[in-house]
Amino acid sequence: MYRFLKDRDGGDLIFKSLLFFSAIFILLLIVAITITLIIQSIPSIKHNGLYLLFGDIWDPVSEKYSILPFIIGTLITSILALLISIPFSLSASLFLGEYLEGKRISKIIKFTIDILAGIPSIIYGFWGLMVLVPLVRALEEFLGIPPLGIGIFTASVLLSIMIIPYTTSIVREVIKLVPQDLKEAAYSLGATRFEVVRDIIIPYTKSGIIAGILLSFGRAFGETMAVTMVIGNANYIPKSLFAPANTMASVIANEFTEATTDIYLSTLISVGLILLIISLIINSIGRYIIGRFYVRG
Amino acid sequence: MEDQILSIKNLNAYFKDFNAVKNVSMKVYKNSITAIMGPSGCGKTTLIRCINRLHELTEGAYSTGEIYLRNQDILKLNPIVIRRQIGMVFQKPNPFPTMSIYDNVIAGYRINGIKLPKSEMDSIVELSLKRAALWEEVKDKLRQKGVFLSGGQQQRLCIARAIAMNPEIILMDEPTSALDPKSTLKIEELLYELKKEITIIIVTHNIAQAARISDYTAFMYLGELIEYDRSDKMFTNPSDPKTNEYLRGTFG
Amino acid sequence: MSGDRMEYKGYRRRRLIDKIFKATIYGLSFLLFLPLFLIFGLIIKNGISHISLEFLINNPKPVGEAGGGILNAMIGTLILMITSTIIALPFGVLVGIFLSENSKRKYALVISTIVDVFQGIPSIVIGIVAYIWIVLPLKKFSALSGALALSFIMLPTIIKSTEETLKMIPYSLKEAAYSVGANYHRTILKVILPASLSGILSGILVSIARISGETAPLLFTAFGSDILEYNILKPMGSLPLLIFNYAKSPYPEWHEIAWSASLVLITIVFIFNLIATIGENRWKIKF
Repeated sequence: MYRFLKDRDGGDLIFKSLLFFSAIFILLLIVAITITLIIQSIPSIKHNGLYLLFGDIWDPVSEKYSILPFIIGTLITSILALLISIPFSLSASLFLGEYLEGKRISKIIKFTIDILAGIPSIIYGFWGLMVLVPLVRALEEFLGIPPLGIGIFTASVLLSIMIIPYTTSIVREVIKLVPQDLKEAAYSLGATRFEVVRDIIIPYTKSGIIAGILLSFGRAFGETMAVTMVIGNANYIPKSLFAPANTMASVIANEFTEATTDIYLSTLISVGLILLIISLIINSIGRYIIGRFYVRG
Repeated sequence: MEDQILSIKNLNAYFKDFNAVKNVSMKVYKNSITAIMGPSGCGKTTLIRCINRLHELTEGAYSTGEIYLRNQDILKLNPIVIRRQIGMVFQKPNPFPTMSIYDNVIAGYRINGIKLPKSEMDSIVELSLKRAALWEEVKDKLRQKGVFLSGGQQQRLCIARAIAMNPEIILMDEPTSALDPKSTLKIEELLYELKKEITIIIVTHNIAQAARISDYTAFMYLGELIEYDRSDKMFTNPSDPKTNEYLRGTFG
Repeated sequence: MSGDRMEYKGYRRRRLIDKIFKATIYGLSFLLFLPLFLIFGLIIKNGISHISLEFLINNPKPVGEAGGGILNAMIGTLILMITSTIIALPFGVLVGIFLSENSKRKYALVISTIVDVFQGIPSIVIGIVAYIWIVLPLKKFSALSGALALSFIMLPTIIKSTEETLKMIPYSLKEAAYSVGANYHRTILKVILPASLSGILSGILVSIARISGETAPLLFTAFGSDILEYNILKPMGSLPLLIFNYAKSPYPEWHEIAWSASLVLITIVFIFNLIATIGENRWKIKF
């Protein structure tokens, strides 16, 4: 049977080229995305200059655009969301990665958390609007402040619920990596579980936890729909915790289709550019730290 | 004088800087079973992986020298074509997990896009399975997935797969070391029959196996070919003292 | 003797702290159940009232008219899913193959990292890019631009899951293919890929689940529509967009519809994720 003694297939070359060019294409894609945003932002940068970052109002009518209200809005909501969520996600991570590691019930909880992570942002937003907002309104009445219900506080609480599953999944994996013999050495010296957590686990996983928090921060930063629905769509620098505001993502969501002039549109695109840059930086640092952790750990 | 089918001349195989096979020259005779034995790390597996050009697929691995199959230096030919003429059976059976027993046997043709009429495929499958001493056990379940067989059966399936390509030579890398004695015996028996049509080169660390089945034996140590002779001579009266030591079990 | 007593007292204190800590951990963790029940429970409770066959196979009616359904949004979501998968799938799988085959090279590491970082780009920014690339030149909103944005969001997941699955395939399978004289592309396409189908498929299902709930990138690409639309060059509705619009509105009837649409949406997301998880284990080829 000598019929197959010739390899007539030139297919290898084509296939390998296909693979290579696909990979190059991905690279080009990212570059193209960044360049597109930069180019479309140029009119905005020319028109607004430094006022874009340091001014105090966003007024499409007078064509004065400052993103500062939104930067502040984004920062406050993200940081607040982080602060609220950290006790919960760290607890859940310890719960799953240490206390109940390997037991059946941890699978149920993990499943629950994964479901929470999979709920679309818009549904969180809708639920927030229907449930959280009236609750916050009641709280505001109780505190004697204008009962708007929407605002920074509501958005932060909603965001914190959303990022808990995300943080938990990252930190849980990191906690599971603590070597068993290290923990056993501590136990054999009479340490309580709490002490093992405090003195062995946390120091060992510190960089992993930091990375998890950083990545969650990046996630909260770019979160759009849920925030848009409960933050109140106000374009002023928020004066209080319960004031309505906007984040960089939510102002784009609210106003992009209303942008009447080219400068207006370009400015919104420049907001997107800043979002891109910040999220790239945060994610890169976060992934770098996590990468280092896994290599060493 | 027996017919020479493979002539290895000054073969050196490298993993980056490490010289795993050092200047080996030997002739393999047609329709014989040639065993290559030696302690772990002596280069015997690397040697046969040079013959079917698998060695060079490892990052940084290459070889120098010549290997003549009949009159052509296979180190200079298209490796794909070589592998269709020189089959291989591995230490751990590796049937294709997504394919049925039937498709596994005929895999060489299927994967390579060679279209055959069904009747021809059927007869190839039946013949190959028979020569691999597996036909009786699987003839009623040819459509089942190959991975559901026992270890010994999977290995015979891999042998059938190699046979189906109608190769000149089949290389075997410790084919029975992962199997139980019963399966090992079955395979050794089928090799006796197989060698009448296909030349077999078998790497083994099992001295008794080499003594049992081979016509010629090569002994390697630290990459060098220490001795190569007819098996009946080598096992009763080895020429090299190292061979003697190895056979007596006093090293390796 | 008194030394023993002091140690014992200290130990009691440490035990107490340990117990309190454990209670806190357990308590906070179980509190996680709370939002789940609140969210899911409410969606089911409020949403179930409108769910009926008519709801699923009719288009929305204007405000004030009774009845109406979410058909256009569901068809829109379906079409967007299919279109974005068609765009992202071949591309993602090819890159995944490339990354796993060249995993030891430096440039592969670079591309892999870039893909990871890609994943963190806010979806609304992707929407802006799709707007600039397709909506502006075509001068109108279209499902195509929305599908493009969604495909960008799907890409990192498909690439990663393909890469991870392929990396787990033992080298012995490749060797088996080479040993019967298969060349490179046939080895990959006819032997390695079929063995990796479970992982690749579940990666696809997971990313479909993800994009079915995406709203932000569609706000100014697919834009939304009240009518039933099949043409991908026209604006198109989707479930998340419908929920967004109805939720923002002042009409209570529309809020009710939004609850029901939310129920439908999370059911879809849940089912896709479930199939992905179960499927990955069921269809997995074990070595």
